[in-house]
Formats: sequence, C-alpha cells, structure tokens
Amino acid sequence: MKKISFTLNGELRQVDVAPNEILLEVLRYKIGVKSPKCGCDTGDCGACTVILNGKAVRSCLIFAIEINGQEIVTLEGLSKDGLTPLQKALLDRNAFQCGYCAPGMILSATCLMSGNPHPSEEEIKESIAGNLCRCTGYQPVIDAISEVTKKH
Amino acid sequence: MEELKFVGHPAVRIDGKEKVTGAAVYTDDLEFGPDLLYAEIVEGPHAHAMIRAIDASEAMKVPGVICVVTGKDFPYNFGLYMKDRFIFAQDRVRFFGEQIAAVVARTPQAAKKAARLVQVNYSPLPKVVSPLEALREGADLIHPDLKHYEHVPWFFPKPDTNIAHHRKVRKGNVEQGFAEADYILEDTYEVPRYAHCAIEYHAAVAKYDHSGRLTVWASSQSPHTQRNLFAIALAPLGIRHNDVRVIAPHVGGGFGSKAGVTMEIIAAAIATKVKGHPVKVLWNREREFYNTYQRLGVVAKLKIGVKSDGRITALHHSLFWDAGAYVEYGANVVNAVGLSAIGPYRVDNASIDSYCIYTNLPPGGPYRGFGYSEFLFGLESHMERMAKHLGIDPVEMRRRNAIRAGDITAYGAKMNPNGLHQAIDAVAKEIKWHETPSPSGPDMAIGKGFSLFWKAPAMPPNTSSSCFLKFNEDASINLLVSGMDLGQGFLTVMAQIAAEILSVPISKIRTENPDTDRNPYEWQTVASHVTWGCGNAVKRAALDAREQIFSLAARTHDVPKDLLYLEDEVVKCKRRPGFALPLKDFVIHGIQMEDGTFKGGPIMGRGVFMPEYASTKADPETSQGGHPNVHYTVGAAAAIIEIDKQTGRVQVKKVVEAVDCGKAINPSLVKGQITGGILQGISTVLYEEMKFDHRGKMLNPNFTDYKIPTALDIPDEVIPLIIEVPEPDGPYGARGMGEHTMLPVAPMIANAIEDALGIRMKSMPITAEKICLAMTGLKKQQEK
Ligand code: FES
Ligand code: FES
Repeated sequence: MKKISFTLNGELRQVDVAPNEILLEVLRYKIGVKSPKCGCDTGDCGACTVILNGKAVRSCLIFAIEINGQEIVTLEGLSKDGLTPLQKALLDRNAFQCGYCAPGMILSATCLMSGNPHPSEEEIKESIAGNLCRCTGYQPVIDAISEVTKKH
Repeated sequence: MEELKFVGHPAVRIDGKEKVTGAAVYTDDLEFGPDLLYAEIVEGPHAHAMIRAIDASEAMKVPGVICVVTGKDFPYNFGLYMKDRFIFAQDRVRFFGEQIAAVVARTPQAAKKAARLVQVNYSPLPKVVSPLEALREGADLIHPDLKHYEHVPWFFPKPDTNIAHHRKVRKGNVEQGFAEADYILEDTYEVPRYAHCAIEYHAAVAKYDHSGRLTVWASSQSPHTQRNLFAIALAPLGIRHNDVRVIAPHVGGGFGSKAGVTMEIIAAAIATKVKGHPVKVLWNREREFYNTYQRLGVVAKLKIGVKSDGRITALHHSLFWDAGAYVEYGANVVNAVGLSAIGPYRVDNASIDSYCIYTNLPPGGPYRGFGYSEFLFGLESHMERMAKHLGIDPVEMRRRNAIRAGDITAYGAKMNPNGLHQAIDAVAKEIKWHETPSPSGPDMAIGKGFSLFWKAPAMPPNTSSSCFLKFNEDASINLLVSGMDLGQGFLTVMAQIAAEILSVPISKIRTENPDTDRNPYEWQTVASHVTWGCGNAVKRAALDAREQIFSLAARTHDVPKDLLYLEDEVVKCKRRPGFALPLKDFVIHGIQMEDGTFKGGPIMGRGVFMPEYASTKADPETSQGGHPNVHYTVGAAAAIIEIDKQTGRVQVKKVVEAVDCGKAINPSLVKGQITGGILQGISTVLYEEMKFDHRGKMLNPNFTDYKIPTALDIPDEVIPLIIEVPEPDGPYGARGMGEHTMLPVAPMIANAIEDALGIRMKSMPITAEKICLAMTGLKKQQEK
C-alpha cells in the first residue's frame, strides 16, 4: 500500500492504494464517488471517463498510483455550482435515456468545449466517439452539444 | 375535446436532473458497509457435459473465503413460462460458461482467486449448436426431463425431442390459396443471435437476515416477477412471498436482458447460505454476452403466393428457432412470433409453424422486439422481392395488403384500430419515395428501401398493473407504481397522466423506481406494455382520488358533485364562479365544518388494470379461438443508403420512421425511442456479429470484437413521425412503441442494398465484408 494524494473535484484527497489498483475502482469503492461507471473494464465504452489534468481519460485503464499529485474532475465536480449550460441543454432535450453513459459523455463533451468552444458537428461526434450509448442513437446528445456551442 | 395540459406535451424527464448530474443511483452504486460479501462464479468449460465431481477444498484455503456453493445446495428449478432452468447446473452443463458453482469471500479478489481453484470433473457429451442439427433423428437430448417440466398451458413441448414448444397456426385454406396464386416465392432467411449490450452490467445484492427476510437489490426490469420467482424457487427453505423484498434502483439499459430472472437468483440463493451478510453478484462484460439471455437466432422458411395485382393469397412460414440451453422465457418469443408471423397484412390463408429448439448455446430470451425483428427480416425482404417481380411499386404492394381495423389476424381475432395506411403514406412522402436519389461519386451506389412493422405485447392474458396515489400536505403527490424506468421515460409518462387528471403540475409529482414492499403489483416492464397497462392503472388511481376529492367537497360544501372540476390544484364549480377549494387545504387534513369537526382524511387513489378480454385458450392445432394479443402497434419506415463499391461500407443517409402509438403522451420521449431504436436496428444489420468456436464458446464477448455503433456511425438524418389512431382501451388512446422502433430496420436496409447493388442478402448481419464478397460474386457471374 502506498499513500497518494491528489485533487478530486477541487478538494485534496489522500488514500492508500496497492500498486495494481485501478483508478475507477479506487474512486468508486474507496472514495465513494459513484458517477464514473464501469461498462467494460477494457477501455471500450467510456462510461468510466474522468477529467485528468484537463483531459478526458478512461479511469479503468489507469493505475490509481499514477495520479499522485494530479487533478481529477468527475461529474460530481462539474455539478457543484448548479447545471452547466451543457447539462441544461441535455436535460431540456431529454437527451439521455437510461443515463448510464451520461457522466462519461458529459465529461468528454465538456473537455472538447473547453479546448474548442465552437466545434463542428464532426468534431462533436469525434469527441464522444469513445463513449458508447446503447439507448439514444447519439443524435439528441450531439444536438445538445451543438446547441450550446453555437449559443455561447 | 377538452384541451390537454400535460398529456401530449414534451415534458422534461422527471429523472433527467439526476441523470445529467451523476446523482442517479444504479445497483452497483449502493453502499452495503464493511460486512458485504462478494460471490464469484465458477463457469463450465463445455457446451454439453455431465458434472462428475466438484472439489472446492483448495478454494476454501484462500484467505477470506467464506463458502463455496454448488448445484447440490439448490436442487430447485425455476423459470418464467417453463421451469427448465437451475440456479446452478445440477448434473449437466448445457452451454459454455454456465454457472457451476460460486465462491463467496470477503473481497472480490479472494473470490476470484478461489474460483479458479475449484476443481470440476466433467464427462463431455456430444453437443448440438444449431437448431436444424438438434431436430435430426437421434440428436442428443439436451433436456431428457422435458416431459416433467411445469409450463404455461399455451406451450406444447414434444417430449423426447429437443423441441420445447411448437406454435402451430392454421387459418383458411392454404393449399387453395397457393393454387389461386399467380406467383409464388419461396426462400429461406437466416438471422443469428445478438446481444443486448446494455452499458450497465447485471448486478444483484441480496441479504437474508436472521429474521428470515430476503431483500434483493437488483438492476431489473421485473421486480415483482423476480420476487415471485425467488419465492417459488426458494419455497423449500420456508420463504414466502411476503418474506421477499426486491428493490430496484435505476437501470442502465435493459432491452429485455434484465427481464424475468437470470443471475439475480444466484444472489438470492447464496444469501440464504450466508445469513445476515449482504452478498453481491456483479456480472462483467464477458458474461453480459454469454451468460444472460441472448436474442434467439432463427432459420425462417417463407412461402408467399400472390395474385398478379400483388394481393396475397396464401402464406406459409416455418420458423426454426435456436433457443439455447434454457427456454423458460425464450419459448414465449417463439410463441409470439408463431401467432404474428403473417406480419401486418391481411392474409386469409395462412399456416405458421414456429419451433422452439434447444441447443447447447447460451439461453435465448427476450430482446427488444421479442422475435418480430427476426421474422420481419424475411417477410419484408420477401414482399419487396415479390413486388419487383410483379413490376409493382413495393410501397404500393404493401398498401394493397396492409391490414386494417377489423381484418382477421392469423389466430382469428379482429385487428385493432390502427394507422398503418397513414404511416405508409407519411413515410413515402417524407422519404420522397418516387424520386431517385443520386450517388455522391462514381464509386458510390445509392438505394432506398421500405419496410412495415407490427408487434403486439406478448404477455400472459392476466397480466396486470396497479397504482397507489398518495397526496401530501402541500398537494404534491407520490405516485407508487412498479413499472421500471429503463430510460424509455415511463415514470415521466405516468406523472403526466396523473397530472392531467388532478391538475397538479408534473414538478409536484414524485414517482420512482419500485420497492416491492411499498409499491403495488406490476407484472414486468417488458412487451412495451407499461405506458398502456400501467398508464391505465395510474389513470384509474387518479380518477379514484378525484372522485374522493369531489365527494368530500360536495358533502361539506353543499355543491352538486357533477358540477365540480379541478383547475390548477383547486376544486371549482361550473355554476358557482367564486367557489374555490385549494387541494392543499384539505387533501391530508380534511375539511373543517362549522361545529369544529373535520371531514375526510388523506386522499389516496387506487387503480388496477387487467385486460379482461385476453385469453390464450385456443385449439393447439390451429391457434383459433382465443384472444392472446391485446392489440398491435404498427408503423412503416424507409431509408436511403449509400454504399462504397470499393469497401462495401454502407452509410445510412436518411431514415424516416412513422409509428402509430395511439397517443404520444410525451412526443419528445417517443421521438427518443425512434432515434435510439433505429440505431440499434442498424447495428444488428450492419455491425454486430457473434462468433462461436467449435466448442460452442463465444469468441468475441467484448466491445473490441463485437462492435456496437459509436457517434461516428449514426445516420446522417433521422426523421421520426408520430401517427395517432387511438387505442380504444389505452390511456388517452396510447399504446406501446418502445421496442417497435427497431423492427423495420434490418429488412429496410437489406431492401435498400438490393436497390443499390442488385444483390439480395438473405442472412444477417450484412457486413461490409459480406457486401464486398457478394459484389465480387456478382461481377464473376456477369463476366461468365
Ligand atoms: S469501463 Fe472504462 S472504458 Fe469501459
Ligand atoms: S442513455 Fe443509456 S447508455 Fe446512453
């Protein structure tokens, strides 16, 4: 076990981890942050997406020990001060169905928008291409992202 | 007609905020404290074998291991429609990956490690992995005990064969119908197995406490059915229905996979061996593929005769279903298709044989569409081919045969009111059927395809739904129902119905996924029946509450009850303009009279719905005589696709789909179903493909090798169209439409591929590779 410390949604956290522990499991089961989901454990579905130092990454592919000193944001962190315009647009459009892909999808899109405030439809699709959704057919999610990026 | 304030409006989902903020809780998000135990499954490495011995002694030595359980601990069979399934394999393994035993430990790591150490000794048996093979004389029997299994009265198993059920339909005079035909087309279509691929795994946590209470938290489409099946299967342990409590948090996608009972019973059973501890069983992506239900595969032989004007004179459909190792649920897919495999057409002379065949592959079961996608692939391909042969426009051919209200179905009942003809016209217009689109380049081929669809809910005739409606002090409402919001928006739609009747805004109505202890009975959230069935129960509960409100107002204020109405949470009177009784003033505390006494008390509505006209009693040789299906939902769809002639890659340019949902209680959610269902359908026809090796082992149980579409694979344009021909017994005329949206997609794409390339594909999936191979074959043929 090794003690690591990192910033999680703006707060400094310390936790003991074994060298082979996966970030997703540490977040969910040791820290209790439950918005990152597991849908495959192999990097295919994107349900476990978190923002690591400003970039969307798959937390099922990262050893927890690697994030010592780094900064992580999950959907819980994004929602702290009420809904972001993207969350609001997704909500108003009934964009999600079961909602299981939503945390990952929203974080991927948020990352896109912070680096590229006015993306093209193709860039929007690319940005969420690593987030599988079995329910929505993606179009409502894409529409919400493009609505927000056109407006703001 | 009165103007509707809530029904018919695109309300925002009531669970939307939870879902966009990450607050939504799914089963594996629940906390159970440090006492939680973990179970890991030991899987059988044979598709068919006898279990000789199980030795768990090495596994028990792993630190943290509490116990190992096997089939011997639970010699019980269970099943929804036929009791042919076991909690753990008994003496025989019937598919590769079947659960043989489980190790229970204090950590998931210890359980996994120990599970690998359980030694199982098998004697392999010959296996049967295709339905036609299973039918051969002398084929090994997968269930020698078939004749002893309990089943519903509408199943007809054939003892000492691998046929678990044969649904036989005979209507009119088929021979004569074919004799009258000017053209007969006969062919075989094949649709393989598919996986649901909900992104959330199956998950169940169970606790059997020292008082004998069994609580199960599960990702579930069927909390009450699970309670029922757990109670029946575990009755030998002294467990009764009221000892079992199923709590269902949010579900991260179901599509049929989380209906009935599958792995959840493992958690329930194990809990009885580790009293006092919660125990978690969590599936993984691989098991999601090979040890839950899979969609059944089918080989469909279809023969249709038509007059030269395109009118159908006779139809024969034989369907050989690869139903897998256990068919307790899947046999009803076979049954449903048997009753409906004429498709949405008027067919006077029809014969259908739908065979449910055991194979040594994972259990086939419910999957969005419940068999209809599978038979429609052949039927709608056939219709297109026959139209082309006769020189009739394929849309016109369908118009000439499309079923109308009052026409007689294959089993002799009358077809319900429906907007099939409107749907055909609306789709043809929107897709510009009579225009020929041009390809975007010389290497591209463009084509368009059409398809109709229909589907009825498949459910027991006494399927029921119920609702309790409780007012709170501020006139907000708790609506207690037991349907599940799987993402389709069920809870929102129920709130809209109650809001409409009671004039209480949706924001003041709380309705959540159920707990079987607190919420009243619902059969299951399957068959796209809950908007209709549970919607009726909610409507009745709201009317019941309204009746109580009006009675109380009438007797305390000396106003005639029939002049009262509700508006903006206030009771008003048509003849006394100043009369106003705000609901919040009395729905809990009652109304105070002049003498200081109070009348009334908490207002609580109760509503129950069961379709009392449904019946499965019919002649087994013909299926005539009953009323097994309550109604059909119908629709039409068309697509324009472009194919890269070099690579065979299909790009779907435009899809139009019209569905007659009777009344769109929430049009935004209806459109969401259409957009999502179309992509799921596209995925089955163009991308998804299961591979099994010679041992019956699935080779690609992961998203790397079993491709489902990403945001880059969607159609360029999807146009959802809503048709509303009311269902006479639906709430506000509504009928279900969630599953239906994917039904027309595969044949519509196959028809478009033929239109583009002149190649008819008769087996799914139609991958780019298959298209390329077919094009090469075609070229060779042309060169000869
Ligand atoms: S769980 Fe990490 S990508 Fe699927
Ligand atoms: S909304 Fe269900 S997986 Fe995306």
